[in-house]
Amino acid sequence: MNVDIRIPIGGMFSIIGLALAGYGLGTAGNSELYARSLGINVNLWWGLAMFAFGATMFYFGRRKKSRQ
Amino acid sequence: MASLTWIDFTIMLVYVAFVLGIGWVLKRMMRTSTDFFLSGRSIPAWITGLAFISANLGAQEVIGMGAQGAKYGILTSHFYWVGAIPAMVFVGIFMMPYYYGSRARSVPEYLKLRFDEKTRGLNAISFAVMTVMSSGVSMHAMGELSGVLLGDKVAGYDTYTLSIAISAVIILFYIFAGGLTSAIYNEVLQFFLIVFGFLPLAYLGLRDIGWWTGLKERLAEVAVHSTPPLPPDAYTASWSHLAHPSQNPMGIEWFGLVMGLGFVLSFGYWCTDFLVVQRAMAADSMAAARRTPLIAAVPKMFFPFLVILPGMVALVTAPRLIDSTVTAKAFVVGEDGKPMVKGIIPPKIDPITGQPERNDKGQVVWNYDRATPMMLVNYFPAGLLGLGLTALLASFMSGMAGNVTALNTVWTFDIYQSYIHRGASDHHYLWMGRCATVAGIALSIAAAYVAKQFNNIMDLLQLVFAFVNAPLFATFALGMFWRRSTGHGAFWGLLSGTAAAAVHHGISLPAGAVAGVKGGYLRVLTHYPSEMAQNFWTAIYAFTTCLIVSIVISVLTRPRPAEDLKGLVYSLTPRPDEGEMPWYKRPATLAIAVLAITVALNFIFY
Repeated sequence: MNVDIRIPIGGMFSIIGLALAGYGLGTAGNSELYARSLGINVNLWWGLAMFAFGATMFYFGRRKKSRQ
Repeated sequence: MASLTWIDFTIMLVYVAFVLGIGWVLKRMMRTSTDFFLSGRSIPAWITGLAFISANLGAQEVIGMGAQGAKYGILTSHFYWVGAIPAMVFVGIFMMPYYYGSRARSVPEYLKLRFDEKTRGLNAISFAVMTVMSSGVSMHAMGELSGVLLGDKVAGYDTYTLSIAISAVIILFYIFAGGLTSAIYNEVLQFFLIVFGFLPLAYLGLRDIGWWTGLKERLAEVAVHSTPPLPPDAYTASWSHLAHPSQNPMGIEWFGLVMGLGFVLSFGYWCTDFLVVQRAMAADSMAAARRTPLIAAVPKMFFPFLVILPGMVALVTAPRLIDSTVTAKAFVVGEDGKPMVKGIIPPKIDPITGQPERNDKGQVVWNYDRATPMMLVNYFPAGLLGLGLTALLASFMSGMAGNVTALNTVWTFDIYQSYIHRGASDHHYLWMGRCATVAGIALSIAAAYVAKQFNNIMDLLQLVFAFVNAPLFATFALGMFWRRSTGHGAFWGLLSGTAAAAVHHGISLPAGAVAGVKGGYLRVLTHYPSEMAQNFWTAIYAFTTCLIVSIVISVLTRPRPAEDLKGLVYSLTPRPDEGEMPWYKRPATLAIAVLAITVALNFIFY
């Protein structure tokens, strides 16, 4: 199968991570929203973490493809 | 209950788009039946490994383990560290050579090659029925949960029906288009989604109550105040209190646990259930097939922290952050004016009276299945909540997709090709597989509605599974490691093992239960301290009966000649050649590492 699975996984997590981080940035001052998560802006941090994961996956997936 | 905002829906839509997109892209690669049903046997080990674990990780696992964590504490880890890892290692090292090497396209097909047609038929039909029921029960659980989380109606449509309809259409599309490969790719996607969705939950929950020390202290309070009182570390020590059933919340002792769960039920599932074995069969080489369950064992070892811990936290945290509308709807207010909760777990509500259910001692029956969803709603703000719910959705879908792909393969090859229409073209069977996908999903939906009508359907299903799975491992082990075992032995062993399970269940009753689905429907001859204990012992008796009957009948009947069994039995198969592989790539190395870590984990939580 010549579709490397890392590409769609990387793509999805990059997009979701970016969306979440963006939302986190946009709601950064909202203490009411983040009261549930103990005051931590989880959207921003976890969004960034997911984006990093997605980008890494995507990179490795593409690198393998261009090598073939 | 949970008010979802645009960001939550966006995340769900992105996920759905990718799931459908993967199916779409893979569509044009499905040229032969091997492509559709077995991914052309070309998938690398890390992918089949993650798919292996993900197919098993349906929402019954994710939500069920949260519920068990709330009910039994760290003892639940036994379902993983005792009840899964050893079997996964065993199937990878010792059984995959025969599954993969025999070129069987399914587990029932292996039985036909090794034994005979009637053994295959028995296994194929019972598996097909159970997998459809299991898929239906999954769908029903998802429909119900959607109703709880999103309210009875969404945009004017009934939530239950809508959620089932939407997920059915999505799964239908991507499996119809891309077959097993599509299912596998999506399962890997779902695996990562579940990890990313639940890690923050474990983190936030633990942080909120003071990490492991805080959890231990609070659970000690619960243990000491339970009726009857338990030792303070009953919820946080996994082996210390297994000498006697009255000392632990599960009501079991170590022998029943190790033999019943750790051996019979565990090996009976992981070594013979086509749903998971199918993913290993899709691997691109023998070594990859053997490594698949081992690779799957690695995340499986650590999943207790992801799914069980939040359940344990649910028991000792408080619903302070859920807004008042949620509280009013989800929790019944007690006489003191405060919501009736155990931690953040609501009581089970009797649908007729609207009041909490009570057991025969007058105590409230808690709805432990709500532990994980309540945790999500309690700790996740908008945004992350969307991710968490998408992870739940993903776990439902990976379970259902696993059922459907296993079903369409067993139907097409083991039932249709064997008994209805032999010798047709490959193209015909590929077409049949696609039809079976449609039919499988339709049947699952029907099964979901059946499940909706009957309160006890999930208990019933667990029971049937245990009855059928418990003797299976005996049959397979004998088949793979004893050349003398015959088809007659296997067939009658399976039947008598299942009968033994039904009989044992019929003559025993767990403490506090009423005769019926819980047992004792024949004549109560023995009592068990808990349902778990009864289950474990039913499994042990079923396995032993199957073993003995199979051996006796095999000895009395004529075996197949040795040339027929080459590659299917241990003593007649050359050892796989691992001469050139470096030590770190050998399956045995990975197996030892996995087992060592599992033993260490057991020690840490002793």
